[in-house]
Amino acid sequence: MLKIPELLNNLEAELKRIIDERQLVNPLMIGIRTGGVWIAEQMHRRLNIGEPLGLLDISFYRDDFSQIGVNPNVKPSQLPPHIEGRDIILIDDVFYTGRTIRAAMNEIFDYGRPNQIVLAVLIERDGRQIPLNPDCVGARITLNADQRIKLTGPEPLAVHLETIEAVA
Amino acid sequence: MMLRIDQGRIIDPANNIDRIGSVYIADGKIVSVTDEPVGFKPDTVIDAENQIVCPGFIDLSTRLRDMGHSRKATFKSEVLAAAAAGITTLCLQPDTVPVIDTPAVVELIKELAEKADYPQIYAVGGLTQKLEGAELSSMLSLKQAGCIAVGNANQPVKNLLILRRAMEYAASHDLLLMFRPNDFWLSNNGCAHEGAVATRYGLPSTPEAAETIALAQCLELAELTGCRVHFGQLSCKRSVIKIHQAKKYGLKVSADVAIHQLHLTENDMTPFDSAYHVLPPLRTEADKQYLRKGLAGSTLNSICSDHQPHDLDAKLGAFPETEPGMSSLETLLPLMLKLVTQHAITLEQGIACLSANPARVLRLNSGALTPGFSADVCIFDPELDWQVNAENWKSQGVNTPFWGQTLKGRVTHTLQAGKVIHRL
Amino acid sequence: MTDNLQLNAEGKLKHFLTIEGLSKSLLTEILDTAESFAGMSEHQVKKVPLLRGKTIVNLFFENSTRTRTTFELAATRLSADVINMNIATSATSKGESLLDTIRNLEAMFVDMFVVRHALSGAAHFIAQQTAPHISVINAGDGQHAHPTQAMLDMFTIRQIKPDFSSLRVAIIGDILHSRVARSEIQALNTLGAAEVRVIAPKTLLPAHVESLGVTVSHNLTEGLKDIDVVMMLRLQKERMTSALLPSESEYFKCFGLTEEKLKIAKPDAIVMHPGPINRGVEIDSKVADGPQSVILKQVSNGIAVRMAVMAMAMQKQGVTA
Repeated sequence: MLKIPELLNNLEAELKRIIDERQLVNPLMIGIRTGGVWIAEQMHRRLNIGEPLGLLDISFYRDDFSQIGVNPNVKPSQLPPHIEGRDIILIDDVFYTGRTIRAAMNEIFDYGRPNQIVLAVLIERDGRQIPLNPDCVGARITLNADQRIKLTGPEPLAVHLETIEAVA
Repeated sequence: MMLRIDQGRIIDPANNIDRIGSVYIADGKIVSVTDEPVGFKPDTVIDAENQIVCPGFIDLSTRLRDMGHSRKATFKSEVLAAAAAGITTLCLQPDTVPVIDTPAVVELIKELAEKADYPQIYAVGGLTQKLEGAELSSMLSLKQAGCIAVGNANQPVKNLLILRRAMEYAASHDLLLMFRPNDFWLSNNGCAHEGAVATRYGLPSTPEAAETIALAQCLELAELTGCRVHFGQLSCKRSVIKIHQAKKYGLKVSADVAIHQLHLTENDMTPFDSAYHVLPPLRTEADKQYLRKGLAGSTLNSICSDHQPHDLDAKLGAFPETEPGMSSLETLLPLMLKLVTQHAITLEQGIACLSANPARVLRLNSGALTPGFSADVCIFDPELDWQVNAENWKSQGVNTPFWGQTLKGRVTHTLQAGKVIHRL
Repeated sequence: MTDNLQLNAEGKLKHFLTIEGLSKSLLTEILDTAESFAGMSEHQVKKVPLLRGKTIVNLFFENSTRTRTTFELAATRLSADVINMNIATSATSKGESLLDTIRNLEAMFVDMFVVRHALSGAAHFIAQQTAPHISVINAGDGQHAHPTQAMLDMFTIRQIKPDFSSLRVAIIGDILHSRVARSEIQALNTLGAAEVRVIAPKTLLPAHVESLGVTVSHNLTEGLKDIDVVMMLRLQKERMTSALLPSESEYFKCFGLTEEKLKIAKPDAIVMHPGPINRGVEIDSKVADGPQSVILKQVSNGIAVRMAVMAMAMQKQGVTA
């Protein structure tokens, strides 16, 4: 059901549609570490974007700092110097609660005020907790309470459906 | 008033007694030990079975605060603690507020002692006025007012010429000097022993040389002036060696050690815990062992509590700015007994160090169950465990590192001049 | 116990008071976390929202513009609010007790104290007395510890010479009065340095200094042989007036780091100094400004390391068990 080539093709088609629909000019593509970067690299190649891919690490913008603390292995985000007024394509692997995207947008806005952001994700699953929506998806799925979806990569890219062990 | 203490194990080192029997007391005095006097009909009988009956303890160095320091403690609170500790005679260090350097202060102390219902508090007069080490105090007047000795409390006497003259003057009035040796400059405001622990914690430290050099100077001056000297609260091996040599040489000196120095070292200090802030500071394991040896070999002949109760604020702060001193009357007996169970000294030696020997230092007819002596008696249960906590503690100062610990050995009765001043 | 006081129930950092009692893995975690903050300074967005809404009080009982400024910068880069309190501690103006000062600030709902005090153990005391949700960072207490300085120095060393196990480090100067030296020694030994060597005249060495885990030399020329890292300590003027040293020029002659003396160490040795530098007293200008000096790197690393320590100490706050 969830095959990488098919998902990537769907996403590519969606992105082409939205670039046209929303009239994106010279869009800056940004991937969210780590899975989002792998997907973004694929889209970056397929859409022939010249400007280097932006890399976003949202560790410092997470809203669960109090619970899980500081991640010691954070690589700094890499974005071009001028975000003001740009059209941005933000790419992540899985859209779930929406918190990651909220954190990513907070971080992007700290760099400057973009003209618009479109969100593209490989897989959207149920379980939203924040009122955010991807604009483009490779596929939409519904999972059971004990299931989780995970992307591995970068070579080869693969999607895994996992069952979470019940916590005693 | 006739009183009999039954069935206890009587240990009276001064009279070489260690046997089970009864002690007979009448009109505030010891009448007889184990031999029943003819026609003795006691008004009160105390059952001391499985307990030890010994002379009431004589504490050579205490501070009861009150007067200018009543926030820390009062005579009323501290004599209750002393009574609960089996102590029937207290020597008061001269660094009260105001200093004991006039007969008026000695009278005040007598009054406070009477009001607290504990007559046997002996004031030690200041060696110099205000303990400033500059001018002699009126030692004769102090003696006549009731001072049992003169001393420097914990104030170093910086000028040796003045110390010499003060000692000569004391000697001319046959006054004992109770001297705590510490060189002002070498001690350099230290709050810990100059060693590995102070180095690790960056604490201002004082070397043992500060004590041993002042000790050596005073020993020389003792020989020069003929002044009788008792050295107080020695803390290190080299001090014990110097006392031993001096005694061998024929000098009439004596020395005591504070009970906590026989148990605690710099390694026991919980980092920056002000409960361990004492002066002289807690030193090394080697010093502790040698102090114990000194006690066992009679180089050090007495143990004191060095009781220094403090208010809470005095101990709340960064370690160097807290006030030194431990509240230590009530831990005196169990800590002495611990020395016995650890085989550092015998039980007889321990009791002697708290009674007969201090009495000899002070030239008191006390510290023994001799017929005719004032009936100062301590009865204690050496096996009784008790916890150092608010329920059991009587002193107003709770500044002790033993807080919360369970100790073994507790006083059940204390008699002062035949009167029961404490009953458990 | 020192280490229990610094760690919370899950063994995570809660107070940062001294290097003593912290494990190698925890120190490494601090260095790694600092690494992720270090990259930030070159970027457009210098702030992260990690500590947004938190209030950090710089409680400085000893004057220090430099250290206070780096802590302030570190806190603001974490988006925290910073209050600076400089409290005079002259003997004549005793004023409020240490405990009262803390209690008054706690009543204003602060989250962290960064403390610098003239007395050893002050930071420990505050950590023990303060309300349970507040974290304490020691910015230097008396002669006892200056753990953030040690960590930024370890961070700087690691950037250039990552293998501690092969390093011989010399610490030169007034060890006796130096909280920096004590913390450096502890950090280097915990991270497994091959040798920590102190070089100083006898008057500037504390008693039983070997018990800290160091070798001792009283001679700079001898002591610098085979050294990979040269750490200079600041010599305070007061040492000359309290009979610890005869004069600055004599000190410089014996223990001052000149280009000539530096040649005795390994050719790729680096020169460090916690600052501020006394040029011509403990170190020659040519060396301080020379190619082997990493002094300025230390300064810029200071912010990242302090950010790491603050962020780590504040995590898991406000979470009820």
